[in-house]
Amino acid sequence: MTSLPPATEKALGLVIDLDTCVGCHACVVNCKEWNTGGYGAPLGDLDPYGDEPVGSFLNRIHTFEVSPDDAPASIVHFPKSCLHCADAPCVTVCPTGASYKRSEDGIVLVDESMCIGCGLCAWACPYGAREMDPVENVMKKCTLCVDRIYNENIPKEDREPACVRTCPAGARHFGDFSDPASNVSRLVAERGGMDLMPEMGTAPVNKYLPPRPKTRPDTAAASTSANEPAPEGFLGWLDRALERLG
Amino acid sequence: MHPAVSVIFFTVMSGAGFGLIALIGLGAPLPGGLAAAFLIPALAGGLAIAGLVSSTFHLGHPERAWRALSQWRSSWLSREGVSAIVTLVLFGFYTLLWMVSGERSLLLGVPVAACAVLTVYTTAMIYAQLRTVPRWHTGLTPACYLVFSLTCGFLLAAGLNGLTGGEPGAAGFAFFAILIAWAVKVAWWTRAARAGLASTGSTMETATGLGAIGKVRLLERPHTGENYLTREMVHVIGRKHAAKLRSIALLLGAVLPLVITLAIWFFAASTIWLIPAFVALMAGLFVERWLFFAEAEHAVSLYYGGPGA
Repeated sequence: MTSLPPATEKALGLVIDLDTCVGCHACVVNCKEWNTGGYGAPLGDLDPYGDEPVGSFLNRIHTFEVSPDDAPASIVHFPKSCLHCADAPCVTVCPTGASYKRSEDGIVLVDESMCIGCGLCAWACPYGAREMDPVENVMKKCTLCVDRIYNENIPKEDREPACVRTCPAGARHFGDFSDPASNVSRLVAERGGMDLMPEMGTAPVNKYLPPRPKTRPDTAAASTSANEPAPEGFLGWLDRALERLG
Repeated sequence: MHPAVSVIFFTVMSGAGFGLIALIGLGAPLPGGLAAAFLIPALAGGLAIAGLVSSTFHLGHPERAWRALSQWRSSWLSREGVSAIVTLVLFGFYTLLWMVSGERSLLLGVPVAACAVLTVYTTAMIYAQLRTVPRWHTGLTPACYLVFSLTCGFLLAAGLNGLTGGEPGAAGFAFFAILIAWAVKVAWWTRAARAGLASTGSTMETATGLGAIGKVRLLERPHTGENYLTREMVHVIGRKHAAKLRSIALLLGAVLPLVITLAIWFFAASTIWLIPAFVALMAGLFVERWLFFAEAEHAVSLYYGGPGA
């Protein structure tokens, strides 16, 4: 059913900390690895060892440069996967009922056996979260590792999405946003978690934590460096001795 | 957006087919006799079906296309499929009745026409519903699809009627229909020129949420090569010759048919000459539809360096 549930019991999703992410792409690799063997069809590649490799990924890291008006530019590594939107436009456009949002936990999934590969859901998503698999010709997207988080056959500490489990920097957090006391809700409250493209009206569940303000050089001190008092002690003696040499 | 040939063919051909079905249903004057009662609906249905079949080539799994009929409550694409089938079935009954009785039932024809118009509207809404493509996200999009569909249908109906004499007045009507259709398209183009992604407030700063810090620039894409998203939605090659293609669309689709209709009108010639005008209009519409896709900017391009990247 491609109508959205009026409300979900839980709102499972990710918090991605742009301050902490180092852009190592480990989450991309582990996502690809897990989801190639997990839920649904494998994540296909074409020409993987050739000149023009292409393949489907559920998680990609972009790298941006941000330039403040009054400070040097900084680099922000930006992981992007499905945001499991509360008002997911990809779900309602689906003509077959293959795309759906679960009422129990809010995860947006694709039933690949019903997908006709029309691609309209990918057009409806502003975030580029959905990619057509080049081998299976069905739409692939982040499942929030639905086959890990409830999986009683794996150790308890592994019951979180592959990207979160593997992140060496601790930049990714998984939890329930409908619970104000959850780890993710607290992070969002403390660090000013934000929505991507809120103007699209998608009400994304996943939140991004902005980079913390960078330490800026003390400009007042820097400008007076020319009038520094003369060094004393050994350095002062050396300074004066070298001056005398001309 | 990537201009897929199968989708361009689908929207143009089905548009013309359902336009002709609407005109037939509304009782446009057409030749009589059993052959006409079979061949004219066959042409209308053929155009519509050729377009629909072409659209399935765009699918990853065409064998599952029947599943698209299930979600009409929420999905415009599903509604399009359902209304196309309802229209064609009703039109089949209409045609049978015409062939058997030799009369065209207006009682059945009007609902057939209404369904045909609805089908074209649902086709347009597949695109117009998308907030991610601001150029499409307007009521002018279904307006364009509808006026072009009905104009194509009218040119073809009046042209076929010319086989048995026809009515020279139809050429005058056709002239104004073509003029109005392109006026709506020019209005669409005028709006589109202002309807970039920035018009919806979406920028690389809102896409990344980093606007509070400063100006955002893409430093590195996720991977060195292309991917589905860049090929499908960050497609820019088609925009290269946009101005030239727009002139070609206007020349083929507007100027040429207008000159032909004016000539028929002026010389009181047979309206059979509206058929070449129809062919020219269709050729212009293929170019127009190419631009409809190729020039469209998708929000996801903001993650790949902006619409011009």
